[in-house]
Amino acid sequence: MKKANFVEIEGRSAGYLALLGFLGIFILAALGSTLYMEHNGHHVTGMTNQIVWGMPHVFAVFLIVAASGALNIASISSVFHKTAYKPLARLSGLLALALLVGGLMVLVLDLGRPDRLIIAMTKYNFRSIFAWNMILYNGFFLIVGIYIWTMMQRNLNKYTKYAGFAAFIWRLTLTTGTGSIFGFLVAREAYDSAIMAPMFIVMSFSFGLAIFLLVLMAAYNWTGRPLGDVIFTTLKNLLGVFVAGALYFVIVQHLTNIYAAGHIGVEEFILLNGGIYTKLFWIGQVLLGSLIPLALLYHPTWGKSRRLAGVAAALIIMGGMAQMYVIIIGGQAYPLELFPGMQVQSSFFDGMVNHYAPSLPEIMLGLGGMATAMITVALAIKVLRFLPESLADEVVDPHHH
Amino acid sequence: MSVGLHKKKLKLLLAGLILTLPLSLFAEGNLPIVPKAKAKATAEYGCVNPVADMRKNHMEYLLHQRDQTMHKGIRTKKYSLAKCIECHVTPDKNGKYAEYGDDDFFCSSCHNYAAVSIDCFQCHNDKPQSAYSSLSSNKQSLPEGHEKFASNDTLPSGDAE
Amino acid sequence: MSNTESSKNTELTRRKFLGTAAASAGLAIAPGVLLFRVAQAKPAAQAVTSKVRWGMLIDSTKCSTGCNDCVTACKTEHHLEGHNRPETDVQWIRKLKVTDKQTGHVMSLPMMCQHCENPPCVDVCPTGASFKRADGIVLVDRHICIGCRYCMMACPYKARSFEHEEVDDQAVSAPRGKGTVEACTMCVYRVDRDKQPACVEACSEAEHGAMLFGDLNDPESEISKRLAEYGGKQIRADLGLNTGVRYQGI
Repeated sequence: MKKANFVEIEGRSAGYLALLGFLGIFILAALGSTLYMEHNGHHVTGMTNQIVWGMPHVFAVFLIVAASGALNIASISSVFHKTAYKPLARLSGLLALALLVGGLMVLVLDLGRPDRLIIAMTKYNFRSIFAWNMILYNGFFLIVGIYIWTMMQRNLNKYTKYAGFAAFIWRLTLTTGTGSIFGFLVAREAYDSAIMAPMFIVMSFSFGLAIFLLVLMAAYNWTGRPLGDVIFTTLKNLLGVFVAGALYFVIVQHLTNIYAAGHIGVEEFILLNGGIYTKLFWIGQVLLGSLIPLALLYHPTWGKSRRLAGVAAALIIMGGMAQMYVIIIGGQAYPLELFPGMQVQSSFFDGMVNHYAPSLPEIMLGLGGMATAMITVALAIKVLRFLPESLADEVVDPHHH
Repeated sequence: MSVGLHKKKLKLLLAGLILTLPLSLFAEGNLPIVPKAKAKATAEYGCVNPVADMRKNHMEYLLHQRDQTMHKGIRTKKYSLAKCIECHVTPDKNGKYAEYGDDDFFCSSCHNYAAVSIDCFQCHNDKPQSAYSSLSSNKQSLPEGHEKFASNDTLPSGDAE
Repeated sequence: MSNTESSKNTELTRRKFLGTAAASAGLAIAPGVLLFRVAQAKPAAQAVTSKVRWGMLIDSTKCSTGCNDCVTACKTEHHLEGHNRPETDVQWIRKLKVTDKQTGHVMSLPMMCQHCENPPCVDVCPTGASFKRADGIVLVDRHICIGCRYCMMACPYKARSFEHEEVDDQAVSAPRGKGTVEACTMCVYRVDRDKQPACVEACSEAEHGAMLFGDLNDPESEISKRLAEYGGKQIRADLGLNTGVRYQGI
């Protein structure tokens, strides 16, 4: 096995500049959307006093969950000593940071008062899982930053395993925190469950690796660097395991809720008669986001196609977005039960399924967050040595001759 | 994000200040014209403290009072924003009130000049309660025995904390 | 200073006397208004304490479905003009019509911030903008609210509203603005000045007598006595929030 040789990408081609320009347009559109929303107030969005977290939260939570998952590859190499993954560890750390930047950007720009971000950074209520998350996000930047540094500077390499271990623990904590934002909401039947935290962790494995795989394929295809079958097949098979794991948690979550009589209403809503949410759940999340990708990844012949593996990864990302939509918006669309078993009416939409239609600025803000993550990666691999020159089998595989 | 903005703003502000320094030597005619208060809060100072002190420290007093009132329900009048406005924001001869941002609005007269923006009036009304005397339910529907609050609601007195 | 103090004292005794007289005379004459004055006025410079816990008792049997007096009073008091956009316009208090699906029995009651002893909105707020005063009133400090709306996700009562649009012409005593979260304040500036919340006042003035305001910690207060005698339920008591607003007839 040869030692991986990390080299910056050249980043002068028309294609590269076009990519930057393309992503830049989305980022500008996101900033424009923010100005529009903050100037007019959130009434120009699809959000209401009933659905208080809308499309930006779907994007933001997805990206933040995926960020922690993208670090997985690095953890496997540093914590679980799988040398085959070692050449990918730098990109894994970079992608994790980039996705978190994108997610936080969306989250912050959707605040009612984004100008007061400094307050969020200086005043903490330590009973709030949200405040803990802000500490976890900031810590993630610091720890993963140090982790990447120890990988990149040769005389610090000996500390990589410690930094990697710290980053691994931190990212598990971070996603526990993200899941608990929902899990701790005792008032809403759709959330209020300890399973949210572990479910989010397994979801993060799946979303993060799907994005990692696509970024890896794009980077190696577009720069003409070799990407061998050994590493690709390993990643592809691992992705399948994670998708199945995430699906397992979804099944347990719903089964538990169905068993509790008090929660049956919200389960009926999501699984049977929730309109768009039911469709997104069965078609988006389960069929397109889980079952079809599993078939594509493990089918004896389809499973050999890189193109189909890429399709599977893209479907997993879309399925993940659908899942976030069902959890975040669907969970709020189902009315709060003030008087169980009674019919409640008011001027404030009590007892009614709440209506939400995402507006263009909200979607643009979310896409801008994704574009920010991608442009961060594109720029970073140009200026620093994140990508091995080759991931051909003889570089990756310790047993290859 | 916002920190960056603030820094930028600060830089701009500093640059602006430096640029205007030589101008300000000749610009006495452009000094802010501060609208006159409705009444004297205290006989000795005019305002609740000496004017120089108020000019320099009003933000500290307001910030302190803000948290005292919000979190502890302390409603002394000396540094109450509503009382400042009651006295300092007065109608013109047509009965019209200047708004925050206008050069003839009490706070803006200086804040515009110094290019310091404040966000108080995004939530607080910039008009005094007396501008709403017809709307105010406070005085009309006072239950018996509560007249003392009605009289307290008019003018700031200098009672200490 | 000593002058005002002595006049306060005489007033207190007078009010105490009136209170006791009214109590013995019976509760029929606008009980909320008269008896509330038994409580002591808090000097302006004194911080609120946990010796007091403000609460409300709502008698849903006296609350009629068509009546909106408390809601109107709240809107007038706090200048809560809407923009004719019901999904985004704020509501601090609303009337609920609750129908038992089995029996068809209908209840009417006002719903607003329940001023919980263990408020979920306070627990989840990242900056501490959502807080509970020592006397039990739950408020949003709009000075440090970043508009994340997590409190709205956490509140079981849908008591909070996000200000979706620019506000001007706020009530002087009720500042509120775009991008922050707001809710019933129990008319905290009135309570600090020994007055009742606007909704309760409106309800008694219209002689509905469905709302009673007072100190839950004072066993001698009308609200405590009524609660002791007739009981009062919390909505979503299963959540263990120990609400400051209690209901009868539900």
